Amino acid sequence: MSDTQDDAALVPPRRRDARAWLAARLRNIAPLATLLFLVAFFWIASDSFATFGNLTNILTQISVTAIIAVGLTFVILCAEIDLSVAAIANATGIVVAFFTLQDASVNIANVPLPGWAAIVIALASCYALGWINAFGLTRIGIPSFIMTLAMLQIAAGICALLVRGQIAYSVPPLIGTLGAKSLGPVPWIAIVAALFLLIGHLVLTYTRFGRYVYMVGGNRDAAEYSGVNVRRILSAVMIISAVCSGVAGMLGVAYFGSAQQNEFDTYLLDSIAAVVVGGTSLFGGQGGIGSTIIGLFVLGVLNNGLDHINIDSFLKILIRGLILLIALIINVYAQRVRLAEAGG
Amino acid sequence: MTTLLELAGISKAFGGAVALREVDFALEPGEIHGLVGENGAGKSTLMKIIAGVHSEYVGEMRLDGRIVRFASPRDALAAGIGMVHQELSAVRALSVAENVYMGVQPLNRLGLVDWRAMRHGAREHLDSLGIAVDPRTPMGALPLGLQQLVELSRVLFSGARIIILDEPTSALSPPEVERLFGVLRRLRDAGRSIIFISHFLDDVLAVCDRVTVFRNGRKVAVEACADVDKRWVIGRMIGAGHDELEESYLSDIPLQSPAEAPVVLALEGLGRAGAYRDVSLAVRGGEVLGIYGFLGAGQLELARTLFGALPPDRGRVLAGGRTLRLTSTSRARRAGMAFLPESRGMMLFAKEPVFKNMTISILERIHRLWLRPAAERAIAREHVERLRIRPPDPERPLGTLSGGNQQKVALAKWLTHLPRVLVLSEPTRGMDVGAKDDVVKIVRGLRERGIGIVVASTEPETVLSLADRIVVMKKGEVVREFADEPVSKDRLLAAA
Ligand SMILES: Nc1ncnc2c1ncn2[C@@H]1O[C@H](COP(=O)(O)OP(=O)(O)OP(=O)(O)O)[C@@H](O)[C@H]1O
Ligand SMILES: [Mg+2]
Repeated sequence: MSDTQDDAALVPPRRRDARAWLAARLRNIAPLATLLFLVAFFWIASDSFATFGNLTNILTQISVTAIIAVGLTFVILCAEIDLSVAAIANATGIVVAFFTLQDASVNIANVPLPGWAAIVIALASCYALGWINAFGLTRIGIPSFIMTLAMLQIAAGICALLVRGQIAYSVPPLIGTLGAKSLGPVPWIAIVAALFLLIGHLVLTYTRFGRYVYMVGGNRDAAEYSGVNVRRILSAVMIISAVCSGVAGMLGVAYFGSAQQNEFDTYLLDSIAAVVVGGTSLFGGQGGIGSTIIGLFVLGVLNNGLDHINIDSFLKILIRGLILLIALIINVYAQRVRLAEAGG
Repeated sequence: MTTLLELAGISKAFGGAVALREVDFALEPGEIHGLVGENGAGKSTLMKIIAGVHSEYVGEMRLDGRIVRFASPRDALAAGIGMVHQELSAVRALSVAENVYMGVQPLNRLGLVDWRAMRHGAREHLDSLGIAVDPRTPMGALPLGLQQLVELSRVLFSGARIIILDEPTSALSPPEVERLFGVLRRLRDAGRSIIFISHFLDDVLAVCDRVTVFRNGRKVAVEACADVDKRWVIGRMIGAGHDELEESYLSDIPLQSPAEAPVVLALEGLGRAGAYRDVSLAVRGGEVLGIYGFLGAGQLELARTLFGALPPDRGRVLAGGRTLRLTSTSRARRAGMAFLPESRGMMLFAKEPVFKNMTISILERIHRLWLRPAAERAIAREHVERLRIRPPDPERPLGTLSGGNQQKVALAKWLTHLPRVLVLSEPTRGMDVGAKDDVVKIVRGLRERGIGIVVASTEPETVLSLADRIVVMKKGEVVREFADEPVSKDRLLAAA
């Protein structure tokens, strides 16, 4: 074009461009910066933090959350939410223990089955719970926030009925290995978590289904009018979320060494926090597994690091809350910047 | 009399792309000032600068002779400048009354929102635009045209001194447009100033006192409307070599008898409560059927029904001889239906790049298990070139394209793997003369290839320029069919 020459003079100063560029990438940069800051902080503040052994610790500690967060990332990318993840994890873990032969001292009316059968039944039950979530959301039209809140109660009820206040200890051998043993120096549970993250990433980035997930989250009407089966996508993400939670629940039971009521309660907040702190938009359509990994490490390093420095253990809870708040603020602010950029 | 609003040497660039180049613009008190130009000429960008949406630009703006620079739309509003944007910004979940009073709810003595006053005032405002809707209806339940009127009433009656309307009539039919113009003239006579952007040049010349023409980011002319005609305006907008375009826009096309091709789509006694009744129609392959009617006549709802988005209560639809189950859009798509809804917001992913917008409906045709972005990009580049989308960059986030270019991207979605039947709802909404002509050419090309095409519109020009056969709908029923006969805008309007 002949206009190119005088165009240059009209482009505003570079500085503004740089600022806009930074603002637009705030969502990606802020979580990484937070992570680096936390690592540097604990490295300096504590001698025991930056050791190989502690790295393995962190990996193990975030593994259960990671497996749950994979499914939750799909849900949040669709601009929905799943509040039943921890309860479903708990229920699935209890189901697998319920169908495993328990020690005579355990006072549960359990039904011993071969290990593979227990695992299949457990997987089927988390699938079924996810299916109910999906049905309520897409067929009846209950908002996911409410539907999964109800499911949280239902799954907690299943847990209560099966264990009746008791504690079960045995799980099938496969689950025991994956949840509590190591392959050389690396815990199996971390390998499983890494595998889930990898598969989640591949599906979201390189498959048609993944593209539909982003599009449904980006603009549901537009997806509908493009002939995308929005209901099917939403159903699929609710089921994926429940199955991920179920797997996390089974391995978690092996990892904790016991199956009992309420033992996963903190994982609800942790997994949502991991996804959101990582920078996946609560409004859908933006983010991904890469962000979730960063979010997991931010939370993992924070939780673990606070144990390595001398600090009031009650203050820790407050600090975690504050970090979550800051992440939410950045999340919402980044959304606004993007909207302004795309032209209102 | 001093000039009310004066802009001098305004330039604006997005990244490296220049949208405005040293533009001057002046608005007098008590005038309706038209602004015209092709898609992407920079009209909306200049208005967004005036309304405080874009606060970074080169040049200066004077209001009442004093230099101002608005940091936000709120600043502009405080200075008495209100704008209705091209893309509707209504909150779909709120009621009509709340939308009319967005941000300025009347309060009662206790400092609480005075709902009665709000409903009352809203009803009054809407009445003067001639719309009878209950102010308590949720905005999202209204058809696009009514939403547009509600947004208009929000700004028209806000007391703003300067009212900017960016394509306010793109979803309206002639009766609403006439009433709107009545309101605009009253406001002008009361001393308000109005900037009116539109691609309907007849409208601009009819209602405006002066008109400014933009071309490619520059202001190329400003004249009193009384002194110029449509041909002159088109000439300034397009520049040299515009004869052919001009012809296509100025003259109507006589309807031709469709070839004896097989029927690809048949509607039998289709009905839906509150939308349309007892509609029986047939579309042949290679034929363009126009469905014309005023706002609320039911043709836009009918179009949605054909894509499975609005299930009918009675009757049935046959596609290629088989009954079409109209329960989901994905089923309709797989049965060979394609659809372009009247609103871009319902159609496009603003944050995603152009190429992903173009391929979303054909992913299963071009991918097996894994996505192949290279193939998607190749397809997108072809469409960008063929439809002359500006800027010609498939990687751009769609939201940064001008309104008319977004509409072209929406159309491109259905052009890679041809559907059996293409249903277009207001296909040229917000498009300039040249782009409309492009759409006419595309639709003719599709017709040659044997596709059945349905064009539903509230705009007589659209159906007249595209259709081989036209049916007119009124209050949900088909009342008249024009085939094998000459038809003009007047005869269409008379039938509706
Ligand atoms: N937020 C943005 N980021 C980047 N480019 C933009 C942005 N907004 C507008 N542009 C570009 O600026 C140019 C002018 O756009 P503008 O929306 O002002 O056109 P317009 O005259 O209103 O066209 P239309 O009739 O299609 O609405 C276009 O090339 C457009 O792509
Ligand atoms: Mg515009």
